[in-house]
Amino acid sequence: MFIINCPYCGEREQSEFKAGGEAHIERPKQPTELSDDQWAEYLFMRKNIKGIQFERWVHVHGCRKWFNMVRDTTNDQIHAVYKMGEKPPIK
Amino acid sequence: MKNKYSIFSLFKNALTDHENWQRAWRDPEPKKEYDAIIVGGGGHGLATAYYLAKKHNLRNIAVLEKGWIGGGNTGRNTTIIRSNYLWDASAGLYDHALKIWEGLSQELNYNVMFSQRGVMNLAHNLQDVRDLKRRTHANRLNGVDAVWLSTEEVKKFCPIINTSPNIRYPVLGGTLQKRAGTARHDAVAWGYARGADEMGVDIIQNCEVKGIKRNGDTVEGLETTKGFIKTKKIGVVAAGHSSVIANMAGLKLPLESKPLQALVSEPVKPIIDTVVMSNAVHAYVSQSDKGELVIGAGTDDYVSYSQKGSHDIVEGTLHAILELYPIFSRMRMLRQWGGIVDICPDASPIISKTPIKGLYFNCGWGTGGFKATPGSGDLFAHTIANDEPHKLNAAFNINRFVSGDLVDEHGAAAVAH
Repeated sequence: MFIINCPYCGEREQSEFKAGGEAHIERPKQPTELSDDQWAEYLFMRKNIKGIQFERWVHVHGCRKWFNMVRDTTNDQIHAVYKMGEKPPIK
Repeated sequence: MKNKYSIFSLFKNALTDHENWQRAWRDPEPKKEYDAIIVGGGGHGLATAYYLAKKHNLRNIAVLEKGWIGGGNTGRNTTIIRSNYLWDASAGLYDHALKIWEGLSQELNYNVMFSQRGVMNLAHNLQDVRDLKRRTHANRLNGVDAVWLSTEEVKKFCPIINTSPNIRYPVLGGTLQKRAGTARHDAVAWGYARGADEMGVDIIQNCEVKGIKRNGDTVEGLETTKGFIKTKKIGVVAAGHSSVIANMAGLKLPLESKPLQALVSEPVKPIIDTVVMSNAVHAYVSQSDKGELVIGAGTDDYVSYSQKGSHDIVEGTLHAILELYPIFSRMRMLRQWGGIVDICPDASPIISKTPIKGLYFNCGWGTGGFKATPGSGDLFAHTIANDEPHKLNAAFNINRFVSGDLVDEHGAAAVAH
């Protein structure tokens, strides 16, 4: 359990949020042109990183807005929180 | 040659204060080269090595474990064994495992304490009733034993369940698989380790894999904390860390690693002689031979390798436990822990070759891998030895995420996904 700093509401308990998985996976621009391999890559394949991961969260029991987070998956420490559409503040 | 465990050896060793028991397995240094290497010394990995040696006569093999054997998810699960899965492919896979469980203690000469005390799955709403009845029929068509129980029969089978119609999620019935049950999880790892070691398998603990050496599309060996080890075949059975190993070979897997928690209570006298699972309210409970209630909670929804889960997950599970078993309301929980489980999008495992020659993966068991340990080892050994899957694990190939031929067991099977 950890505290998440929602970019809209401030610090709240993690139980108010829902994780939405890996961030910055772009929806295919031409879905009809995609091969099966590309569909599999988009839909199913995940980096599942042990270390610094970029991911999406939603404040489901709060403002209900989506945002991005940089979190170390080895110890659940949050390094940054940033809004949808913004560039990650950490490389 | 290992000394056989028996009542006589127990008696003999009792006379010498149990100080002269033979080591159950050696502690060898890695050789320069092996015919095959298994990465991961949990139940599945050790079983794989055991069957590679026993059925496929591969004796120059090693199991590499970064910690100690059975110290990962093998020692962290709630030890439930069942095969009442909905789809044909899953029923085939898990019932294959269950059949091996039934003779495993004899085969290994190691008491894995397999206890066929039955697993009951409860229905709490009309959709549960429909789903579970459907699953019962599907199971029986596949030769897997299953019966539907009315609310009264549920109460009779496990009297401490609150079957009052006035609770928030009343019990509307349930299914029972009588051949299902539990086993001692550590003993499974130790029994397979002892058996594999006897056939010459090197079990190398405290040896972490740091890299996979490739020549084009073929594996050449492993970089480890104990130096480079040459091999032509690598079987990865690394559970939560499968993606980390895959990444070393430049592969991406359809997995997410998440914390799954469990807890045990203080030990009490026998009160529940079966396993009861409830999908809808997410509560499952059994009692260990020591008398502790063994309770499984759910997964967190975020990726983590921390082996720690959220408190609210445990709280939610205990709420459900208390509503179903008011008798437990003043019991104290003794320990709580987390393990990292690798979950596939279709909640079914991967036992498969990969695009890289000589590299095999056995992963994606998610929240329910323990029950499959013997079957998983047997089928993975077959896949590695023959470079072809067995017909029972053919459907669990990695390519199903490209072809779309998924084995969707999400929710269909029971709780625990």
